[in-house]
Amino acid sequence: MRRRLPEKRHDVTPVKPPSRGALVLGLIPFGAMCFSVALWDRVDPMILGIPFNLAWLILWIPLSTLCLWAAYRLERK
Amino acid sequence: MSARAVSLAMILGIIALGSAIGFLAGARRKMDLEQWTVGGRGFGAALVYLLMAGEVYTTFAFLGASGWAYSRGGPALYIMAYLTLAYVVSFFILPPIWEVGRKYGLQTQSDFFRMRYGSKYLAAFVCAVGVAFLIPYLQLQITGLGIIVSIASFDGIGRTPAMAISVALLTAFVLAGGVRAVAWVSVLKDILMVVAAVAIGIGIPYIRFSGIGPMFAALARARPAHLTMPGATPNLGHTWFISTVLLTSLGFYMWPHAFASTFTAKSAGTLRRNAVLMPLYTITLAFIFFAGFTAVLAAPGLANGDLALLTVVRKSFSAWFLGLIGGAGALTAMVPAAVFTLTAATLFAKNLWRPIFAPEMTDDQVARVARLSVVVLSLVSLYFAVYSSTTLVSLLLLGYAGITQFFPGVVLGLYWKRASSPAVFAGMIAGVGAVVFLFLTHRDPYRGWSAGFIGLCLNFSIAATLSLVTRPNGEL
Repeated sequence: MRRRLPEKRHDVTPVKPPSRGALVLGLIPFGAMCFSVALWDRVDPMILGIPFNLAWLILWIPLSTLCLWAAYRLERK
Repeated sequence: MSARAVSLAMILGIIALGSAIGFLAGARRKMDLEQWTVGGRGFGAALVYLLMAGEVYTTFAFLGASGWAYSRGGPALYIMAYLTLAYVVSFFILPPIWEVGRKYGLQTQSDFFRMRYGSKYLAAFVCAVGVAFLIPYLQLQITGLGIIVSIASFDGIGRTPAMAISVALLTAFVLAGGVRAVAWVSVLKDILMVVAAVAIGIGIPYIRFSGIGPMFAALARARPAHLTMPGATPNLGHTWFISTVLLTSLGFYMWPHAFASTFTAKSAGTLRRNAVLMPLYTITLAFIFFAGFTAVLAAPGLANGDLALLTVVRKSFSAWFLGLIGGAGALTAMVPAAVFTLTAATLFAKNLWRPIFAPEMTDDQVARVARLSVVVLSLVSLYFAVYSSTTLVSLLLLGYAGITQFFPGVVLGLYWKRASSPAVFAGMIAGVGAVVFLFLTHRDPYRGWSAGFIGLCLNFSIAATLSLVTRPNGEL
């Protein structure tokens, strides 16, 4: 059975904020795939026949998983 | 059998198989509201992964992403960046959302706002905005289905009847199965989708140019500007890229259905582990881009880029394979569309209709209103799909511009004691207002910036500033 939601507001804070190390690890993919676009948005040199910008993003998919995995290890401690 | 009959039979067979799985999954359980919407809150990692992946890889990724690679070029890369970064964001915000969700028995996004800010009007507003901006996303899926069926029939079935048939099927599917049905059909859909994407992403460049490398080399020679930003567009440059990637990656889990799917998880750890693995799924997109870029030279001159992928498949493969791709594509439209209608209908019934108009309704009555809303929503989206002609990506960006306006309210609400109801309400109204104004006056992007991002900045600054001058409970 579903409980009726209470009428009054609930202070959910403090939700435990993520650790600083995890946050930094999370910002790395943002730097690489978003803010630095002007640096990697070009066709040459092609990597394995793929334009550099597309190859760069493909490379950063597993690297992002790596960053998050490290953040996961950090958060679990 | 004619080519048309073969490809259509393939598509219908796949849709029928998908629906059968859905009906079986939903059949033996008693469907109360909690079971229908959050699956009894007991999905483990595998099922949550499937449900979330099922919602992400919509016909947008399939036809829309290849369509933009074809018609816009470089700017399409934003899709790959934003999907990956969305999971990075999810790593940090989903576990706390899940925690408070379990503590207070939340089922929807609007419930979260109601619980945190204690205002039923704010909660109803969140709900109304969520439903309104889900409609373009739903419209996108229906448009995609129409494209698939009509191309696979070698233009024998018109787009409009194709869309009407899909909507009827979809509605039946949602009403019978609920969320559990959707998760299980995702299994079939994801397998087909990955196989289809890899097959066409490697196969088409190979058939047309004898390889991916030669294809890109030929494209770089023939259309040197196409592969970088702004590509074939006048104004989608780096500023647009950054602002759009931020908007969409922050907004990704603000979609009411994505937000609610958090509550189906068994634990916060499930969500963290999911976030670590989900980016890998984005690699599929690379193959879809390969196919879209191949179409630039292999199928030039299409009026609508969204037709590019299937047109080039039709030109390169035999009919049964076109049918297989079409069937995979049809499921990638139907599964998410089912989730969207389910979410929007529940939201409307539970968080808008009941609290504002009929507070004494029982849960059973709410479930009945929700089922009725499923039908209404499908018809509204069908109407828009028939009478508009925007590209699939533009529809999605319109949706994001709206729903990302929830982000400040969610994040400030989770981490900042002072965030107050009037401040968040005012910020959200300003953000949504700015977005609606910029879109209606055709100012997206505005001076190179994504309109939704401008709304988000306005929203955030207003919410933060007003929170500082109001007391946490909203009094001045």
